[in-house]
Amino acid sequence: MSRSYDVVVIGAGPAGYIAAIRAAQLGKSVACIDEWQNRDGKYAFGGTCLNAGCIPSKALLESSELYHRAQHEFSRHGIVTGDVNMDIAAMQKRRASIVRQLTGGIAGLFKANKVEGLVGHGKLLAGNKVEFTPAEGDPETIAAGNVILASGSAPIELPMAKFDGDRIIDSWHALELDAVPQRLGVVGAGVIGLELGSVWSRLGSSVTVIEAMNDFLFMADRDVAAVAARDFKKQGLDIRLNAKLTQATVTGDTVAVEFDDASGGQTLEVDRLIVAVGRRPFTDGLFAEDAGIQVDDRGFIVVDDECRTRVKNVYAIGDCVRGPMLAHKGSEEGVMAADLIAGEIAEVNYDVIPSVIYTAPEIAWVGKTEAEVKDSGRPYKTGSFPFAASGRAKAMEQTSGMVKVISASDDDEILGIHIVGPMAGELIAEAVLALEFSASTEDLQRTIHAHPSLAEAVHEAALSVDKRALNYMNR
Amino acid sequence: MSIEIKVPQLPESVSDATLIAWHRNTGDAVTRDENLVDLETDKVVLEVPAPAAGVLQEIRINDGATVVAGDILAILEEGAGVAKAAAAPAAKKEAQAPAVAAAKGPVKTSPAVRRLLEEHDLDATMVVGSGKDGRITKADVMAFLKGNDSSNVTPGDPAPAVVDDAVQVALERSEQRVPMTRLRARIAERLVEAQQTAAMLTTFNEVDLTEVMALRAKYREPFEKQHGIKLGFMSFFAKASVDALKKFPVVNASIDGSDVLYHNYYDIGVAVSTERGLMVPVLRDVDQMSFADFESGLADMAKKAQSGTIGMEELTGGTFTITNGGIFGSMMSTPILNQPQSAILGMHNIQQRPMVIDGEIEARPMMYIALTYDHRIIDGKDSVQFLVAIKQALEDPSRLLLQV
Repeated sequence: MSRSYDVVVIGAGPAGYIAAIRAAQLGKSVACIDEWQNRDGKYAFGGTCLNAGCIPSKALLESSELYHRAQHEFSRHGIVTGDVNMDIAAMQKRRASIVRQLTGGIAGLFKANKVEGLVGHGKLLAGNKVEFTPAEGDPETIAAGNVILASGSAPIELPMAKFDGDRIIDSWHALELDAVPQRLGVVGAGVIGLELGSVWSRLGSSVTVIEAMNDFLFMADRDVAAVAARDFKKQGLDIRLNAKLTQATVTGDTVAVEFDDASGGQTLEVDRLIVAVGRRPFTDGLFAEDAGIQVDDRGFIVVDDECRTRVKNVYAIGDCVRGPMLAHKGSEEGVMAADLIAGEIAEVNYDVIPSVIYTAPEIAWVGKTEAEVKDSGRPYKTGSFPFAASGRAKAMEQTSGMVKVISASDDDEILGIHIVGPMAGELIAEAVLALEFSASTEDLQRTIHAHPSLAEAVHEAALSVDKRALNYMNR
Repeated sequence: MSIEIKVPQLPESVSDATLIAWHRNTGDAVTRDENLVDLETDKVVLEVPAPAAGVLQEIRINDGATVVAGDILAILEEGAGVAKAAAAPAAKKEAQAPAVAAAKGPVKTSPAVRRLLEEHDLDATMVVGSGKDGRITKADVMAFLKGNDSSNVTPGDPAPAVVDDAVQVALERSEQRVPMTRLRARIAERLVEAQQTAAMLTTFNEVDLTEVMALRAKYREPFEKQHGIKLGFMSFFAKASVDALKKFPVVNASIDGSDVLYHNYYDIGVAVSTERGLMVPVLRDVDQMSFADFESGLADMAKKAQSGTIGMEELTGGTFTITNGGIFGSMMSTPILNQPQSAILGMHNIQQRPMVIDGEIEARPMMYIALTYDHRIIDGKDSVQFLVAIKQALEDPSRLLLQV
């Protein structure tokens, strides 16, 4: 008789591994299958987030930020360093070590929670069965009471700029370069493109970003996007909007990039080209034809609000289903799916998911943008507070940016909070909590914020909604 | 050593109690003094604490049973497995359901909600919460104040697609039989008793609260600073009632067999709405109380009544009662006597109404007041003049000072 589990999770990224642990904590027998293989050939849990996305990119962002500050800001603090040099091999070693610790941590968590971590490929078969093909050994069929599909996503490849693993590269490869490219091209000014562009720009690359859309950071609030665009430009990031890539050709060590913009056809020569135009759901070999799983026209597995697929007892979560491709969204869906399987009450509040872009300054928001509120027709009021008026931000030499609060005029409910500035990704946590609890602007106004702190800017922005800001002139 | 856990001595005039809920199961480790079980009597909920740390060996009487003093509820094995206490299963997950989450203890609210509730003299239990797990948001209170209790629906929201349980029940034409709580049964019994024995009659008047409001506005801050409590309306009504009761002692009296029993003290009951039902805590010797004494005494009682920790003696023996339907928006009502008392004063909502003052029409904050009295001992003349005395004292509060 073959093995059987209450729950089999396919994928050990931030959605899948969280679902597996949660289900095990609720008393289920759980196996979690994952086939992620790093460039060194080693298998590792954690998926894109830990191995090729969130974590390694933050490691490099921090290193590049420190390098940049050592070069340009230390003198203002009165710190004399002489020449600041970069050891990119050491930088990359540190990045790899952080990743290794965290992915190893998941294996440890699996063990502690009695989740069976299985290395290899998982495929959903008809009738609540999963075919497991181990990295080494023969395939076996596992019986599963419930299956959670969490196979994640993969970078989208463009036909006119196919990845060659050397000159035209995806976001993962772009994190593992062993030398700073002198001239770097980035296709796509989305979250990934901007983060990677920022990293290499601060390490010395001359970076050009080509973005097909007309609006910079179209998903963000306009005021925030304007501040960010100004700052990126000041940092030397050359962002071309309304620019459509037509062809990228590798010749020797260079890439010839051709694109169309408002003034016609343009050409650009770079040493490396990062294509970061988005990600697609990754469901290759994930389910058998007759398993009954439906996908939509963009390849996402069709699920309801509770992440149930059309097949009984089969759930799908994370990047392979609708909604923003964010690790924390996937994790929350993982918790929900596990809870539902265990018969608990669970839901994901899709209206209150924070978005963060880890550039410098950071950009973060939750809830609706001003344009979205305006479109909804609901009367609203806004307030904002610049970090230039924050004592803490001044002390940090990071005064660029602001906090903006959008609230309903009728019942004072906070509808959106948008931050561009130092530590925006941390500051947004308070905003998320406020929105999750349907807080009013007044609630935020009446909550004590420590002084001096960056969080005071959130407080003052809330006060400013009612023209009550205390440390800035109300307009 | 095994200890018998018994039903404690019940308060005077209470014959039996209902076991509402065990907080522990057989085999659970318990700590000394933790509440094991709730017993509900006519008026209060009694808690039975563990006399010592140990393990609950046997539960002899289950939820729902009627018990009398001395009944053995359970057997506790002292000392055994004390260390396990922390691992004892916490209350089951049901608390996740919004309705249940709100039901226990005082309602926790956000700062803006607290401000609004206080400003409008509202109680959090009156507002239906639409926030996470049923919490009350500022928007909910604003909707409540607008008298629009569809607070769960924000403008522009489509009608809820899911039919909720209550609606489902209606569609199926089903019924639900729920036994009355002891408190509710007792309320029912006492109300019918009053209807059947007394000759109840209600007289009305209206009172212009301009002066009281001006006084409150003027002294709000110094009063609160001095006494640490808000100056509410209720103290004015209580003091005005005491002055009127002194002028018409029969209103403060009760019938005892064939005698009329005059009380030379003024113990005022104030009706308080709680989640378990109506309660009337009594404040003693109100004639000797300052406004601040009364306000803080009342706040104290209301808190105890809400949390269910109020004692039997605090609910019995009043000589006169005040009930305020105004907080729920009532314009006019005929209260029922709280026997053996002979009269009850009904307060109502305050509304701006056009009044003729010196030949001119002016908007004034008006309240209708009602006095239901037992016509067996109180004559119409006395009751009407009693109510007029209250009206006069409230329209010119300096009378309270000078006792004229």
